[in-house]
Amino acid sequence: MFQIRCPYCGPRDEPEFKYGGQAHVAYPADPEQLSDEEWTRFLFVRDNSRGRYAERWNHAAGCRRWFNVIRDNGTHEMVGSYRSGEQPEDAR
Amino acid sequence: MDPNEHALHNAPFLWRNPEPKSSYDAVIVGGGLHGLSTAYYLAKNHGLTNIAVVERGWIGNGNAVRNTTIIRSNYLWDESAAMYEHALQLWEGWAEELDYDILFSQRGVLNLAHNLHDERESIRRVNANRLNGVDAEWLDADAVKEFCPIVDISPEARYPVMGATLQRRGGIARHDAVIFALGRACDALGVDIIQGCEVTDIDVVNGRVTGLQTSRGPIAAGKVGLVAAGRTSLLTAMAGFAVPIQSHPLQALVSEVYEQVLNCVVMSNAVHVYVSQAHKGELVMGAGIDAFNSYAQRGGLHVIEEQMSAGMQLFPQFSRARLLRTWGGIVDVCPDASPIVGLTPVENLYVNCGWGTGGFKATPGSGWVMAHTIATGEPHALNRPFSLERFETGELIDEHGAAAVAH
Repeated sequence: MFQIRCPYCGPRDEPEFKYGGQAHVAYPADPEQLSDEEWTRFLFVRDNSRGRYAERWNHAAGCRRWFNVIRDNGTHEMVGSYRSGEQPEDAR
Repeated sequence: MDPNEHALHNAPFLWRNPEPKSSYDAVIVGGGLHGLSTAYYLAKNHGLTNIAVVERGWIGNGNAVRNTTIIRSNYLWDESAAMYEHALQLWEGWAEELDYDILFSQRGVLNLAHNLHDERESIRRVNANRLNGVDAEWLDADAVKEFCPIVDISPEARYPVMGATLQRRGGIARHDAVIFALGRACDALGVDIIQGCEVTDIDVVNGRVTGLQTSRGPIAAGKVGLVAAGRTSLLTAMAGFAVPIQSHPLQALVSEVYEQVLNCVVMSNAVHVYVSQAHKGELVMGAGIDAFNSYAQRGGLHVIEEQMSAGMQLFPQFSRARLLRTWGGIVDVCPDASPIVGLTPVENLYVNCGWGTGGFKATPGSGWVMAHTIATGEPHALNRPFSLERFETGELIDEHGAAAVAH
C-alpha cells in the first residue's frame, strides 16, 4: 500500500485515493482537425513506459481534489506530488 | 509400468538449454504459456522447426505461475466466445495430445448474480452463449446451493445470491504441469527454448523486422512474434510503435491446504472475487487489478484484504482459513478488455498481447491463432477481429463487464 502525499491534505494511505492514469494529457486543441489515427492515440494510447511516471490521483476520501504524482513504476518509489496546473519539476 | 514413463515425469530436465543460434526462421519473444503455445503450434501445425523462444527470465517465472488457473469460454460477444471456445475445445484434448497429466478438471464455473441487473445480464449471456455453441445454464439460488453446497445463499447476506450461470465444461488445470508439458513438447519438436535472454532492441530495416539484439547477442529472425504480456509496450517501443496497453499488477492468493470443500469454480462480479480449490487443497482466490500501472510484480495489501472479505461473504466458513501466500503478476490491460493478436505496422513482426486478467484460459487457442498468423502472414479467422486496427476503426470488442467478470 502506498502512502501518497496529497498536496492539500498531506500524506495519506492509498485506499483514500482514486487513480486517474497518465498526467498532462491535454484535450486536443483543434479536435475537428484530428485524423482517425490521432483520435486513436488520444482516446486509447497512454504512455506505458517503465520508470518515473507522471500520473493523476484524486483524494476521493479526503479533499476530493485532483493532483499529480511522480512515481517510479518499476520500484514503486514515490518521488513527489504537485497540484494540478503545476509542472513535474514542482513535485516535492 | 514402463520405468521410462515414470522417469519421464520425474526427469531432471524436460527441455534442453541451448545456446542461441545466430539466425532463426522465427523467434517468439516471451517464454510464458502463450509464447510456448505459439511455438508449439508453429512447429506442429505449420512445420516451422528452425524457431526459438527467447525468455528474459526462466520458463515458469512470470504470469505462467501467477494466475488462478480458471478455464471457461462463457464470454458475451461472438468474437470472444469463438476465441475462448476454440481454446476450451483444445484444452479438452491437451492432456492426451501433450501426453502429460495437466490435471484439467471440468468441474464447472459458477458466475453468481446478486441483484436484478446481474440476473438479467446473466440470462442474456446464457442465451448468447448457447447461440454460439457454448454450454451455459441459468441456475436459481436453490440450484446454486445444490451444485455448490458451501455458498451462502441466505437472504440476510449483504449481497444475496439470486442465482448463477453455470458452464459445466469450465474448470481448472494445473498451471505448472501445463508449463512442463508445453516446454517438453516444444523441445521435442526442435524448438530452442532460450532462457536468460532479454531482448534489448528490435532490428527494423525499411519497415521490416530483421532480428533482435539480446543480452546473449544478436539473433537474426525472418519473423518475430511478441508474446510478452505486461512487457509488450517496452518491446513495441523498440520497434517504433505503441499499443493501447496499460500494465497493472494483478494479485492472487492461496490459503493453507484444506480437505476438499469447494467442488467447482465460483466467480462473483458484484462481490468481487473468484475462488476455486486446487487439487492439493489450497483455496485459490483472485480479484481485480491494482489501479495504478506498474512493472514491479507486487501490489497493495488492501487489495488482498478486499478479495478475502468478498470471499468470506460468499463462504462464511472461510473466516477460519489461513492465508498462505499472495503474489502479483503484471498484466496487459486493453481499453476494451480484449486481446490484440495480429499484425503490426512493422512487416513480419506480430503481436499477441492484451489478455489482461484472463489469459490462462486462452493458452491453447492463443498459440493456435498466433502460430497461424506468423506462419501465413495473415490473421486466422478467429483473431481477425482482435486486430490492433480496431482502436482506429472503432470495432471494439467491449468485454468490460460483459465477460462475466469485472476487469
